[in-house]
Amino acid sequence: MTTSTKIRAFKIGLGQRPLLRSSIIFLLIAIVLGAFGDFEVTTLDPWIEIKRMVFGAITPDFTATEDLWSSLVNTVAFAILGVVLGNILGFPLALAFKFRSIRVFCAFIRSVHELFWALIFLQVFGLAPLTGILAIAIPYSGIFAKVYSEILDESDPSPLQAVPNGTSAASTFMFVRMPDAWAHFKTYALYRLECGLRSSAILGFIGLPTIGFHLESAFSQGKYSEVAALLIIFYVVIATIRKWIYAKLIPLYILLAIALIPWAGELTTGNLIRFFSHDVLPYPLRITESYNMETFALLTSWLTTIWNEQAIPGLINTIILTQVALVGSAVLTLMLFPLVSSKFFGVTGRTGGHIFLVILRSTPEYVLALIFLLLWGPSMLPAVVALALHNGAIIGHLMGHYTEDMNLRPDKPRGLNLYFYDILPRLYPQFLAFLFYRWEVIMRETAILGILGIATLGFYIDSAFADLRFDRALFLIIFTAGLNMCIDSLSRFIRGRLQLRTTADII
Amino acid sequence: MSFMELRNATVQYNGTSVLKDFSIQIEQGEKIALVGQSGAGKSTLLNLLYQKYKGDASLVPQDLGLVRALSVFHNVYIGQLDKRPTWYNIINLIKPQKKEIETIMPIVEQLGIKDKAFEPIRELSGGQQQRVAVARAIFQHSKIFFGDEPVSAVDEHRSQTVMEAIINNHQTVVLSMHDVSLALKNSTRIVGLKEGQKIMDEPVKGIKAKDLDDLYKN
Repeated sequence: MTTSTKIRAFKIGLGQRPLLRSSIIFLLIAIVLGAFGDFEVTTLDPWIEIKRMVFGAITPDFTATEDLWSSLVNTVAFAILGVVLGNILGFPLALAFKFRSIRVFCAFIRSVHELFWALIFLQVFGLAPLTGILAIAIPYSGIFAKVYSEILDESDPSPLQAVPNGTSAASTFMFVRMPDAWAHFKTYALYRLECGLRSSAILGFIGLPTIGFHLESAFSQGKYSEVAALLIIFYVVIATIRKWIYAKLIPLYILLAIALIPWAGELTTGNLIRFFSHDVLPYPLRITESYNMETFALLTSWLTTIWNEQAIPGLINTIILTQVALVGSAVLTLMLFPLVSSKFFGVTGRTGGHIFLVILRSTPEYVLALIFLLLWGPSMLPAVVALALHNGAIIGHLMGHYTEDMNLRPDKPRGLNLYFYDILPRLYPQFLAFLFYRWEVIMRETAILGILGIATLGFYIDSAFADLRFDRALFLIIFTAGLNMCIDSLSRFIRGRLQLRTTADII
Repeated sequence: MSFMELRNATVQYNGTSVLKDFSIQIEQGEKIALVGQSGAGKSTLLNLLYQKYKGDASLVPQDLGLVRALSVFHNVYIGQLDKRPTWYNIINLIKPQKKEIETIMPIVEQLGIKDKAFEPIRELSGGQQQRVAVARAIFQHSKIFFGDEPVSAVDEHRSQTVMEAIINNHQTVVLSMHDVSLALKNSTRIVGLKEGQKIMDEPVKGIKAKDLDDLYKN
């Protein structure tokens, strides 16, 4: 081979392929960061626990708790009310999304995870329904605002030229933008309701009466048959969502949800004012009587302590976990999507694949992490595996769906050759687009896995709440939100550079 | 001063002229057919005229400008959005009002798409979609009609009916057409374009189809 041929071959190999190059860079980053992470199995004999879990999974006990059905109803009720309120708040924000201030505001409220919102509202409203509903509605409204505005931007502009001169802006909007966007809104809202069910389930882990509440106690007592029963009915609710949700029934569901939710707790404005005007203020500012140099020095030391002992270690662990989990999700996506693709498997094979992926993506990542934590003991390993499985299943499902529209030639290769030469090259830009879109979500999730004891930022936030140090908690929540917003912008920048496009309504 | 006119109009896209120093005067009541090869500048000329006389004109653009998710009825109704209050428009969007149905049905019937009136646009064939765009323009009740190949996908025996509907409902009509015999039959004046310039502008009387051959020669 001549030198120039070698150079050309290298260029085709890497030099002129930005997608491949970026993938390798991200892989290398994950390997380097992973070397600094803590990935070890600390339990003495994971096999004992695995056996007990498998035994539990095959012997689900639907009678273990009498609250099974009421907790299921609560889970659905919180999800419906949260998602509906999220829509009501998010839609007007979507219309005003062209204003920078609105975009930043939405980016902020969605960068704080539902669980953190719940921990905040818990201090204000106590274990009341409003805590759960707002914890879902607020971050979701930020997400709805963003996605709905993207959908509206994508609606076909060509009818605008045929609208008569002098038509009001509202009429034009209703007749030209909305009809196209409407179907996408519905699809997306349905997808979000599925997410809302997961969020609602997880809120049980901090004490709200959803199935997470019973999962928590069942897990901690090792009652895996009860865990299995709770998860199975949860999967059934999610898997049949299209069978029970109809536009016309939604008002009825809202009324039922309002009627069935246990409206415990009381709202006192005193709590609200105390929390926001006193509790969340940095401690030195709270105790001081006058603002002087001494206060300033105390404030500096308050800040230095949090910064050095919590924010920075939490940040490092969050980034390590995020990057390793991102690459893990990528690898699993590439392994999982053929399971649900008609290009690789027949109907029977795909059904198995679909069930497997539905279980993986319906199980909240928090629950997956808890399972692996019980198996392997505390380290980053359970978190990475949980995130990779959950996100890999979500993106894998979308990718499998995407292969349906591919027209392959009749003499296409088979097996791995088909995978590497025909399917993967066509899928790759879409795959990276979804993955980068998911990057910010993965980071948000790593933060909350901290609540399980993995020392990400979420760990320090949770500890601060547990110690009733709300000033620290709020500082760290804002810090985490800032980090999320950075990843969000970075992801948008990279997608722009690589010219990757996602349609807003599927992820 | 003519009813409509353009003077020395030049339009360029990326450095190539699509209209070169183009002037035209149009009197009220004229039915003008623009003929010429694709790329000759017909669409650009139509858009230029429409932008200038928007307030009095309806347009059937080349891509029709239909809202695919809405029904035929609603797409036709878009033609009078400016004449009704917004609240009424929104009510009619949710539940088609009897009064509007009664006005719109005869128009779609005339164009042969009555049985599709409440189907979404995406269920319709290309020719049917063109007729919806024409119905919208007719419902708009403007003095002037601009159409960019408004019957190109309508089948032959129906295209004459659609042309008559356009002409009978508008005082002044400017159309681009590739079907020369249809153009000769329905217009009062033929304007021939080639490479962005007007190379022919005559009353239709006396013109024969083969006189237009030059326009299509390279």
